[in-house]
Amino acid sequence: MATEAKRLPGSLRNNPGLDLWIGIETDGTVTVRSGKIEIGQGLKTAAMQVAAEELDVNLSRVRIKTADTAETADENVTSGSRSMEVSATALRFAAAECRAIMLKMAAEKLGVPVESLSVEDGAIRSSESNQQVTYWDLMGGRKFGRDATAAFPPKPPQAHRVVGTRVPRIDLPAKVFGQPAFIEDLRLPGMLHGRIVRPRHQGAALESADTAAAEKIPGVVKVLRDGDFLGVVAETEIAAIRARDALAANARWSAGDPLPDEDHLYEWMMSQDTVECGCVDGVHTDEPPPDTEPPADAKATLDQIYAKPFILHGTMGPSCAVAEWKAGKLIVHTQSQGVFPLRRALKNVFRMDEDDIRCIHMEGAGVYGHSGADDVALDAALLSRAVDGRPVRIQWMRDDEHCWEPFGTAMVTKVRASLGADNRVADWRFDVWSNHHGNRPKPKPTESGLLAARMIEDGLPPQTLGPAKDSEAGEHRNAWPGYDFPQINVAKHFVKAHPFRCSSLRGLGAFANVFAIEQMMDELACAAGEDPVTFRLAHMSDPRARFTLDAARDAIGWGKADKVPGPGQGIAYARYKNTAAYCAVAVDVEVDEKTGVVTILRAACAGDAGEAIAPDGIANQLEGGVIQSVSWTLKERVRFTPGEITSVDWESYPILTFREAPEVETVVLNRPGEKFLGVGEASQGPTGAAIANAVFAAIRVRLRELPFTPERVRKMIQEARRG
Amino acid sequence: MSEQFKLTVNGKAHTVSADADTPLLYVLRNDIGLVSPKYGCGQEQCGACNVLIDGEKAFSCSVTLKDAAGKQVTTLEGLGTAEQPHPIQAAFIAEQAAQCGYCTSGLIIATKALLDKNPNPDMDAIRVGLQDNLCRCGAHSRVFRAVRRAARELAG
Repeated sequence: MATEAKRLPGSLRNNPGLDLWIGIETDGTVTVRSGKIEIGQGLKTAAMQVAAEELDVNLSRVRIKTADTAETADENVTSGSRSMEVSATALRFAAAECRAIMLKMAAEKLGVPVESLSVEDGAIRSSESNQQVTYWDLMGGRKFGRDATAAFPPKPPQAHRVVGTRVPRIDLPAKVFGQPAFIEDLRLPGMLHGRIVRPRHQGAALESADTAAAEKIPGVVKVLRDGDFLGVVAETEIAAIRARDALAANARWSAGDPLPDEDHLYEWMMSQDTVECGCVDGVHTDEPPPDTEPPADAKATLDQIYAKPFILHGTMGPSCAVAEWKAGKLIVHTQSQGVFPLRRALKNVFRMDEDDIRCIHMEGAGVYGHSGADDVALDAALLSRAVDGRPVRIQWMRDDEHCWEPFGTAMVTKVRASLGADNRVADWRFDVWSNHHGNRPKPKPTESGLLAARMIEDGLPPQTLGPAKDSEAGEHRNAWPGYDFPQINVAKHFVKAHPFRCSSLRGLGAFANVFAIEQMMDELACAAGEDPVTFRLAHMSDPRARFTLDAARDAIGWGKADKVPGPGQGIAYARYKNTAAYCAVAVDVEVDEKTGVVTILRAACAGDAGEAIAPDGIANQLEGGVIQSVSWTLKERVRFTPGEITSVDWESYPILTFREAPEVETVVLNRPGEKFLGVGEASQGPTGAAIANAVFAAIRVRLRELPFTPERVRKMIQEARRG
Repeated sequence: MSEQFKLTVNGKAHTVSADADTPLLYVLRNDIGLVSPKYGCGQEQCGACNVLIDGEKAFSCSVTLKDAAGKQVTTLEGLGTAEQPHPIQAAFIAEQAAQCGYCTSGLIIATKALLDKNPNPDMDAIRVGLQDNLCRCGAHSRVFRAVRRAARELAG
């Protein structure tokens, strides 16, 4: 039995019950359930397409329910671009099996062989009888009541009618017509509004708080101080905001440990105590690689350092949650990407029975990883508890999110690569320094990944942090190069001191690692005197990788804009996690040498995500990734002084505007019949490197440190021209 | 101190009791129940809260109830419905010009303000027209397409 369960595909492995996935309702509809969440990536629509396809019902009959601890499969966290791979795969097999079960029921009912049956929009007909029966008649509101066996193969790709077509996203109309669509829009009877007060240094402790001014504000119901946790609850949202301001003005925080010098962050990281790990054939090892020397007969050896600062997820909508307590039970409406892990984390903080907590997902603004979504859920639960369980809605203010979301960690990479006499890479050594990436709430009962847990009197300490020990996790992600090099050494240096709380940000280590690898490939191509695309292709044996790079080259019109000075063209490639979607990005840029402004004139992106269920959804993810990555690359950096975080809004932490954003041409390489490959984070890495390579093509100056702000570009031009 | 204010939203008269300096955003969302304007920054930096006041684009996070009183406020809800979409809304759907959709309301309002003044904007004018609105998902390229489509549709 156990071995049988092991063979189940995708999320069926841990959630085999068919009723967790498919419901045939009495009203002629089908309910599809997924433990994954919609977060603007089109999950709902794609999941519905898969189920409609296998069940042979029209899409208009399909409804979807996502992540709710009381209703759906426990699919852990919606992360790592794995929803299609695990959830859509599960749905595909579950739906195929439900169809087969109902066909068997119909054959018995109609007294005809199963082989004579066909289905059209849920109506089952036999070629041997005039009678028909529908799914809804057959099931009569009953459940399937059995586990999946995955013994019924899904349709072959050539039979697909819904999968692979451009279906408008089902979540968009509400957002375009202004209907309630987000957690921010939820209004419960008797609901109050809460806000919290936090310092601008993550290590500061509360020394004193005078609550009188806040309490005097009309409409304020409660001012809560619990250890270092400060919050207010009021009848109206504006009263809660005014009370927060009053409370913040009267709270004194201790100075935390001095933060590193932001202008020498990389030297600081490389000089810290580290946990040393390595990597063999792409697989994590606890032993670092040996120190090696470049081959004695190398034609050229390049040794360069590349660096990325701390950056923000920077959600447009600060984190929001609504919580209420009813007869000792906690209900949390949350935008968390993992309702089940959140429930376990809340259970630990409140030391209560997991069954007494229900976490219901609602859509929030896009967050691109681990934002404050889980933290605000605990904040709301704490404030609700302080007002006798009345529903409390909290939306963090802009500076809460900017200072307290878990940042994407700074990283430093050092690449030493040697060319042999044949102009091919003979030796590759890659070192990466990083803080933690994976810091989502974990189930360990003696510590907590939720922010307020460390602040309240009877709380829990923060989660222990360490190097990522899974292959392609954290700093490991895309540290291993996806090229055919004869000798590769990868060393991972996990920096123990962490000035900020960090966690998963779209792409994890891949952004910084690919930024380094793909610039070094460009630098090597230059040293070899070869075209960067030709040079890469000479090190690529996977035909799908080659095809993807070719597609981006064709889309941008490679070589047509390459003249110095003037616009420059750059390209970069990576297969996300070395196992997920293939992606190549090419850009045309213009650099104003006087002002230092880099303008992305045009971008082209090619992606192969295996079989495309929703091709436009894939295009949207690739395009969005390119533009977000342009923003990271050109503009973004968390700012701080020794005493506090100073990037607290969009002025002090600017992001790409509509004035600056390029138009992106996207090529989706559909591979019907191939397995789904996660694509949501695939274009981040290649974009940064493609821009750096294009800047070099334009002005012959290498930018190895992010972001490429006008000041930095001017400085690098001056240094290059002097040198 | 709560006072009574009269304002017209999407053609409908409302009387609201609240402090004079309450930002219009909270009045619209919590008193009137129109949730399309979103809180994003509270500082006129992101445009998620954009509405039209007497036809001009405004940041409802910063306009006070007192200043909005007596004026014509238009929110996304006032443009069109699923059954009878405004051409700009139809264009955003046709181009699937969103990811999470949190900034979409503000972008559609900003597009309305732009096209009302300049029915045939070139790319530079579109970029300037949307420069006060931020989008974090990177839907920019699609939004450009939606604005161009809407301009074509409105021109007939």
